Amino acid sequence: MKVDVAIVGGGLMGSSTALHLARAGQKVIVVEKNSPGRHASGVNAGGLRRLNRDPAEIPLAVVAAQMWREIESLVGSDCDVQLSGQVRVAENAADLQKLSERAALVRSLGFEHEQLITRERLYQLVPALAPHCVGGLYTAGDGFARPYHALTAFRRQAQSLGVKYHTGFPVTGLERLGSCWRVVTESAKFEAPILVNCAGAWAGQICAYLDEPVPLKVGAPMMMVTERLPHFLDPVVGAASRKLSFKQMQNGTVLIGGAYLAEHDMVKETTEIDLTKLSASSQTVLALFPRMANVRIVRTWAGLEAFMPDRIPVIGSSAKHPSVYHAFGFSAHGFQLSPVVGRIMSELILNQKSSLALEPFSIQRFQSSG
Amino acid sequence: MPKTYQLVVIGAGPGGLCAAITAASLGLDVVVLDEQPSPGGQIYRGISQTPDDRSALLGADYQRGADLVAAFKASGAQYWPQTTVWSLNSRREIGILRQGRASIIQAERVIVASGAMERPVPFLGWTLPGVMNAGAAQILLKTAGVVPAQGTVIAGTGPLPLLVAWQYLRAGVKVKAVLELSPGTNLWRAAPYLPGALVAGDYISRGLKYTLDLNKGGVPIYYGVSRLQARGNDRIEAVEYGWDILGSDRRETIITDSLLVHFGVIPRTNLTKAAGCQHIWDRGQQCWRPQVDRWGNTNVPGIAVIGDNAGIGGARSAEHSGRLAALEAARSWHLISTQQRDRQAHNDLKWLRKDLRVRPFLEALYRLPDSLLVPPDDEILVCRCEEISAGQIRQAVREEHGDPNQVKFYLRCGMGPCQGRQCAPAVAQIVAAENKRPVADYTTFRVRPPIRTLTIAQLANLESSES
Repeated sequence: MKVDVAIVGGGLMGSSTALHLARAGQKVIVVEKNSPGRHASGVNAGGLRRLNRDPAEIPLAVVAAQMWREIESLVGSDCDVQLSGQVRVAENAADLQKLSERAALVRSLGFEHEQLITRERLYQLVPALAPHCVGGLYTAGDGFARPYHALTAFRRQAQSLGVKYHTGFPVTGLERLGSCWRVVTESAKFEAPILVNCAGAWAGQICAYLDEPVPLKVGAPMMMVTERLPHFLDPVVGAASRKLSFKQMQNGTVLIGGAYLAEHDMVKETTEIDLTKLSASSQTVLALFPRMANVRIVRTWAGLEAFMPDRIPVIGSSAKHPSVYHAFGFSAHGFQLSPVVGRIMSELILNQKSSLALEPFSIQRFQSSG
Repeated sequence: MPKTYQLVVIGAGPGGLCAAITAASLGLDVVVLDEQPSPGGQIYRGISQTPDDRSALLGADYQRGADLVAAFKASGAQYWPQTTVWSLNSRREIGILRQGRASIIQAERVIVASGAMERPVPFLGWTLPGVMNAGAAQILLKTAGVVPAQGTVIAGTGPLPLLVAWQYLRAGVKVKAVLELSPGTNLWRAAPYLPGALVAGDYISRGLKYTLDLNKGGVPIYYGVSRLQARGNDRIEAVEYGWDILGSDRRETIITDSLLVHFGVIPRTNLTKAAGCQHIWDRGQQCWRPQVDRWGNTNVPGIAVIGDNAGIGGARSAEHSGRLAALEAARSWHLISTQQRDRQAHNDLKWLRKDLRVRPFLEALYRLPDSLLVPPDDEILVCRCEEISAGQIRQAVREEHGDPNQVKFYLRCGMGPCQGRQCAPAVAQIVAAENKRPVADYTTFRVRPPIRTLTIAQLANLESSES
């Protein structure tokens, strides 16, 4: 089979890109080091959040939110999407000031989705919240989904359109052969005229092969999940001045994140939970949801994720090579963007331009200073 | 910084106690963490509180524990009862729960002696109330004198069903039948190992004694039983089974409101898996176990595993392996030389070598057929916490969720409060069978703390230094 595009990385970004390209009739292969969703794509918190995005990401997140609302038409599964809103809680006047400035900023960019809400509205939305909070910033229509299910849906839809996944092939090198790229692995080589780097925590290694280094740092955000509880919470709850992401899943379990990082080992691909930090995370939970005190924690985990110094991803074409494209470095908030990133990548590859502004995400921002 | 202890022994069964006694005698500062209120482990459970008449009932084996516990109490090792270990990592930080408070202690060296668990074998109806593990039932007998009032059926493989039936017989409980699910052909497979086994024939003579006593007591023992099923609506009402002989499809039914099952024991691997120790598939024992050298050392520096926790060997072997790990610990601090270690280890190593010769016979004799390891019917519930069936797991594998962890991600199988303890082996077996690959190519689920659940408040109040 003659291949048009080779994508390195079978996670959400790679699979979404593969799906969009396949819909446009391209012959695509995905070269995956392990199994799809082994790290960040499979184990992230699953937040569908426009709330509190970096201004550069807002236009993308807004389009992505629309795509999630219609996700079944794209991937043939509802991905367990739950659009019950996301809220950032203000616990005092300073928090409220911070949130109102944020709301003004978003409005000034022409978006209306982040709404300041009163204390009364906050407690209507989150009755279980500790009584001291004073207001919040709320985005109706945000929510969450189940990441591994979403990834599976993207992958299977891509496969049904002819995308071929080669799993268990860690990339060991990249070679230019005439007008083709050769993806070298220990046991096989794959060739295609176009190469896409969606390698997540390993994307920096791919950039190194391309002699286009990036200051990517790997981190492993930790999560914990509780036993099942009767339904008590609809929106995803964060806080203006605390590290917290708190949501009750469809099955009643409560998923708690806080962007605290685990120890990790890139060679063994393992993470080791830091219990002291999770203790801090539990304290945050108790401060905002005292009723959680005697709820049992069933499991904790962490996934390897790529972080950029400015906490926004690299999306766009290579600055060094023709026919090479990047989408990585989502800095622990890429899940929501995955449908739109796939669309953008296919536009870039097929039309050399994107319907959304990508300048802030250019890889050149790490190269110009030299 | 967490408080540091020189040697922490996790578990106070025969292995853990011997390790602690030996290590303390060699001058090591030892702390023993025990989930139970008193030392002895499962085999000698509650031995210091058991009334004399009940311990007589439980047989001479049980008495041996009393001496061991007495020696431990005189050893100078610290003993922390009712202490749950909920985390162990490769840096030997141990998360414990003691008197309702969670804390982290640092060990310079750890000996994991958390023993074995009853092998979980999912079959049709195994989750019905009234179906119970025979070992758990035995604990009720040992600690509380509790027995099934209306009699019971005991089914499974290995020596324990016979022992439990024998103990019940002596306690005056009606045993309606003992169903032996090892295939009849196991006897022929085991026969070649018999000469080696004769040197440690104690096992066999005891098995023979139980069988004779049960026959005398009128308890029927059926061999070659297959396709075990518990039937009932809200709870078990009957046991159904077939025969594995000459393709017969005859089914038998026994009316009972109690079924005790036991399919041997397997090492508890959650702690060692969480700590990053290497595990391997043991073909003889048909289970995963931590990979250790003769001193119990794992691939993680400073973490040793002994006794049944490192591979099933029974209480006596555990004592010897506990001593070996303690000698190695003393050597690592230069309290004894390598030569002294080897000299003092001589008898233990000799005993273990001798005992090893009986194992192939027993393993072959009680070998589980594939139909018990790989749940054959799609309707069989595999993950009881999340209610996932064998059929759902097969379907997930067919949809390219090709290893146990992917199955877990996809189905939530193993994500419930039991942390996958009950379903991990069966899931790995189904995945291997469905992929037509040897089960040794797979490992069970990755394990994350907490190994035992703890509450948000307990974690929030985590003390990382304790006096």
